[in-house]
Amino acid sequence: MFFLLDFNVIKPDFGLIFWTTIIFGIFWFLMSKYAFRPIANALKDREDEIQSSLDEAKKAREEMANLNAQNEKILAETREERAKILKEAKDTRDSIVNEAKEKAKVEAQKIATTAKLEIENEKKAAIASIKNQVGTMAIGIAEQIIKKDLAGNQEQEGLVSKLVDEIKLN
Amino acid sequence: MHKKYLTLVFALFICFSLSAQQGHSHEGHDHGTEGHSHGTHQTTKEKANAHKGHKHDGHNHDGHNHDGHNHDGHNHDGHNHDGHNHGKDHSKSAKHDSDHGHGPSCAHAGHGHHGEFDPAATAFHHISDANVYSIGPWQIPLPCMLYAPKKGWDVFLSSKFKFDSTGHGDGHQAYNGYILDAGSVKRITEPGFPDGEVPIDGIIHDDEDIAYACYQGKMWKTDAKSTADGGIFGGGITSYYDFSITKNVVSMLMVMLLLTWIFLKVAKGYVTRKGMAPKGIQSFFESIFVFIQDEVAKPFLGAKYLKYQPFLMALFFFILGLNLWGQVPFLGGSNVTGNLAVTMVLAIFAFLVVNLSGNKHYWEHIFWMPGVPAWVKTILTPVEFLGVFIKPLTLMLRLFANITAGHIVMIIFVSLIFMFSKNGTSVAGGYGTAVASTALTLFMSAIELLVAFIQAFVFTILTASYLGAAVEEPHHH
Repeated sequence: MFFLLDFNVIKPDFGLIFWTTIIFGIFWFLMSKYAFRPIANALKDREDEIQSSLDEAKKAREEMANLNAQNEKILAETREERAKILKEAKDTRDSIVNEAKEKAKVEAQKIATTAKLEIENEKKAAIASIKNQVGTMAIGIAEQIIKKDLAGNQEQEGLVSKLVDEIKLN
Repeated sequence: MHKKYLTLVFALFICFSLSAQQGHSHEGHDHGTEGHSHGTHQTTKEKANAHKGHKHDGHNHDGHNHDGHNHDGHNHDGHNHDGHNHGKDHSKSAKHDSDHGHGPSCAHAGHGHHGEFDPAATAFHHISDANVYSIGPWQIPLPCMLYAPKKGWDVFLSSKFKFDSTGHGDGHQAYNGYILDAGSVKRITEPGFPDGEVPIDGIIHDDEDIAYACYQGKMWKTDAKSTADGGIFGGGITSYYDFSITKNVVSMLMVMLLLTWIFLKVAKGYVTRKGMAPKGIQSFFESIFVFIQDEVAKPFLGAKYLKYQPFLMALFFFILGLNLWGQVPFLGGSNVTGNLAVTMVLAIFAFLVVNLSGNKHYWEHIFWMPGVPAWVKTILTPVEFLGVFIKPLTLMLRLFANITAGHIVMIIFVSLIFMFSKNGTSVAGGYGTAVASTALTLFMSAIELLVAFIQAFVFTILTASYLGAAVEEPHHH
């Protein structure tokens, strides 16, 4: 039908058909087994690995966020607790201080009262002793004076006592 | 889309057969001075194609030594292999003058015609498969494995043909009844030709491109090798089969080894660098691999992509590798994927993989399309059934036509230099065209680089789409 000047590329030659079949067949087989399939599998594995890594990362991030929220909550709680504890401590301290103050006051008062009493007693004793001494001294003095001037002892002694009582001790 | 490509193929054929005729119509002028009968019968043979000498001795065409025995046809001096020797001798024949009284003759076998440069013949020669491998201007012999049913096997190196190391692959010696004609082996069918190494005087061609070996002043008819086109394209079964390691086979082996080496290295990268980012060659090929995986395999095959991916990858890289191999200058420029035999095998592989994977759903859609009226089915079924074969056929023709067309265009652009320089006689024309031609060829090279990728991709994506249709699970609408 067609006749062309030695356009022989369109005439499929048996030898070339044979060799192409062999060579392409071998190439297909070898490459499938040792290159294309392993490469495709490796690529798929890597793809899966990347996907799972991404998923894991996402999960980790979510967990992290969760953890953070929890931490935040715990921190807030802790802060509250601390504030509460501090407040309590302060209250305790105040009450202790107050109590101590109260106690001290009472004690001080008690001490002061005792001291006063003692002082009073001492004073009384001292006064009494002074009175006695003064009496004695006055008597002595009066004796000295009256030895010469007065004859009656009784009258004189009454006079002196009266005089001594009139002395106000301040 | 398929129709477009078919038209392209035929348009291409018509184009080049026309240009071949045009080129030959000038030849009468060249031959007129040479003392033989070309000029006279030129006009009566308007439609005959080539009329040029097949010999290489462009400097020895001055008409002496015409005695038929002592030709100087072997003086291939290596200077004149620029393409003017692809035509045919058109001398008067003493032996084969049956139809029109004019045929080729061995009388002038050694008498080279410095004929018009014939771009079509040059292009056809360069895109052909050959039994020699050309690297730059050098011709390297290849192993020949020839089988003639009555004779048996002949296995030898094509250097037995004693072709010129820088010529066009025309043998000066016959071996066991085989000769080398423009790089391809032909077999002398006429009985009586001696076996073994026999020096021949030359090879001539008649109007129908049948080659004749000249030996002892006689023409010995030869057969071209058997081809599987069933005679549609002028081939058919002849007296022998050529299973040689040809130029195309060598190219395929080289590409296969190169790709195997590359991909074993790449695959190794995934083992040694497991869990690490890809690096170097691995990273480069991974991008292409992933492109085919994500743009071709996954969209068409879905979850089943892993099963068919190796086939698609093998197709893609094999075609791409061969397309690019043919583009490398001075490496033979092998037109492997532009040879119908190669694309045919690839298409048959695709056809087998697709149809052997076809599930019930696929065959049901071909033979008994569900959900259409019965009378439509009678139309659909033959169409769908034909489609099963047309699909791989278009795969075969598309790749073949694109790559062959690319190679032809490149050769024609380079040929422009020889055409405009009038075979070296017009220096201005030669240099002028050389500049424009270089620019054009460079541009075409860029286009062809793109075509190399596109055609590999198209072949793969269409195979994937056919496969996708074959393995698709029925989905309920």
